[in-house]
Amino acid sequence: MALARAFADPVHDAQQTFRAVMNALARPGTLQPVAGLTGAPAPLSPVAAAVAVALADYETPLWLDGRLAAAPDVAAWLAFHTGARIGAAPSQAAFALVADAGILPDLAGFAQGTDVYPDRSTTLIVQVAELGPIASAAMRVRLAGPGISGHATLAVSCLPADIADRLAANHALFPRGVDLVLAGPEGVAALPRTTRVTLVEA
Amino acid sequence: MTVHQTASGYNFAYLDEQTKRMIRRAILKAIAIPGYQVPFASREMPMPYGWGTGGVQVTAAILGSGDRLKVIDQGADDTTNAVSIRKFFEKTSGVETTTHTADATIIQTRHRIPEKTLTADQVLVYQVPIPEPLRFLEPRETETRVMHALEDYGLMHVKLYEDIATHGHIATTYAYPVKVEDRYVMDPSPTPKFDNPKMNDCAALQLFGAGREKRIYALPPHTKVVSLDFEDHPFEPTKFDHACALCGATHTYLDEVITDDAGGRMFVCSDTDHCEERRAEGHRGELLGEAPAAIAGAAE
Ligand SMILES: [Zn+2]
Repeated sequence: MALARAFADPVHDAQQTFRAVMNALARPGTLQPVAGLTGAPAPLSPVAAAVAVALADYETPLWLDGRLAAAPDVAAWLAFHTGARIGAAPSQAAFALVADAGILPDLAGFAQGTDVYPDRSTTLIVQVAELGPIASAAMRVRLAGPGISGHATLAVSCLPADIADRLAANHALFPRGVDLVLAGPEGVAALPRTTRVTLVEA
Repeated sequence: MTVHQTASGYNFAYLDEQTKRMIRRAILKAIAIPGYQVPFASREMPMPYGWGTGGVQVTAAILGSGDRLKVIDQGADDTTNAVSIRKFFEKTSGVETTTHTADATIIQTRHRIPEKTLTADQVLVYQVPIPEPLRFLEPRETETRVMHALEDYGLMHVKLYEDIATHGHIATTYAYPVKVEDRYVMDPSPTPKFDNPKMNDCAALQLFGAGREKRIYALPPHTKVVSLDFEDHPFEPTKFDHACALCGATHTYLDEVITDDAGGRMFVCSDTDHCEERRAEGHRGELLGEAPAAIAGAAE
């Protein structure tokens, strides 16, 4: 394995990546540009890799979905660049990385937080091929809730057809629940637990 | 100007990267659960508690080399507290600073929200001394956490109603509690209740940091923030009987200032940048010509 740094400029690249995720969660449905880490081993996407390296460390157990776990380079690369424990149980994971968005696991299997500490929950980083306000050939969802003036529309590919129902069940747990950071080819958009999601067209 | 240049020996914005990641993760949770107080491992900062170490840590965690930072204390950029925090970030991060609200990307504040409407490109960071609105009713954190979990806010309403019984109105004028998205009761930090309506449906992201108490909480943009009240005693923001003596504004929060040792006094905008900008636009208050330079400031 190369001993190269993941970010060319660790301090400022991590800050910019964090700020993109912060803005994405603060304004659900908006696409926030992220410079991907092109050195990340497939099938880990460069943008998902940047988010993981910016936010994860030895304090945050990571869970990998089947496709990422089947690629040994991915676990080794993430362990090296973040120091995080890889292969945590979903219910113990601070972050879950999902390459196969179409078979997104049951959200209720991840850490939901407690009524007293709802922050003790998993953040899912979900790789999608298309993401943005005007992506074509993709699912369109209508979003409302904190961070959104009126409503917003997001176009996204790869997510399961019943995603709106699953996110509605997650939203109903508020203040418990998980938050989704969608990692597209050029940036991130987020669906925090506060967002009400309805399917516009499949 | 080389924005990456910082005083030698400092990490960018003082904090080490591991600490920044920990604070950043707390900020993300705070945004996802508006009004909920996220615990975080607050660090020692090179300034005493009470000087806004919570706000300083939040600003340090979000700050980037492209930001322009404004720091205010009670509305003013030139108080000791505001100046020392601004200098701290100039020295440790090299970012540009400004006193103009419209030019800032991050505004760190103690006890005021700027008069100028904030935009989607701005983040407002509050320095919070006591983040727990239920503290004065229940000192134990284990208990207040359970009260928030159960939405058990009856005691808070009783306290406000006792105000009405005693004073005929709700006497709380600072740190007036709010309810966020119909769920969490939140302390808006010791801002005057005059500023409470600005928190509702605000275009900017609002972040709150309490250093000694180790909590971070947030209001995403366009979040519903309602000041607690009663049907027969609705919330009323502070109204002033005066206009600003310097700029003539009738819509701003005013401070009473002493003008001489003979007991002279006048009411002026607490937001000094806003007041100076209005005077630069030609607005003139009644006493503008008579105000000592120490009060009228650099604009005159
Ligand atoms: Zn004025």
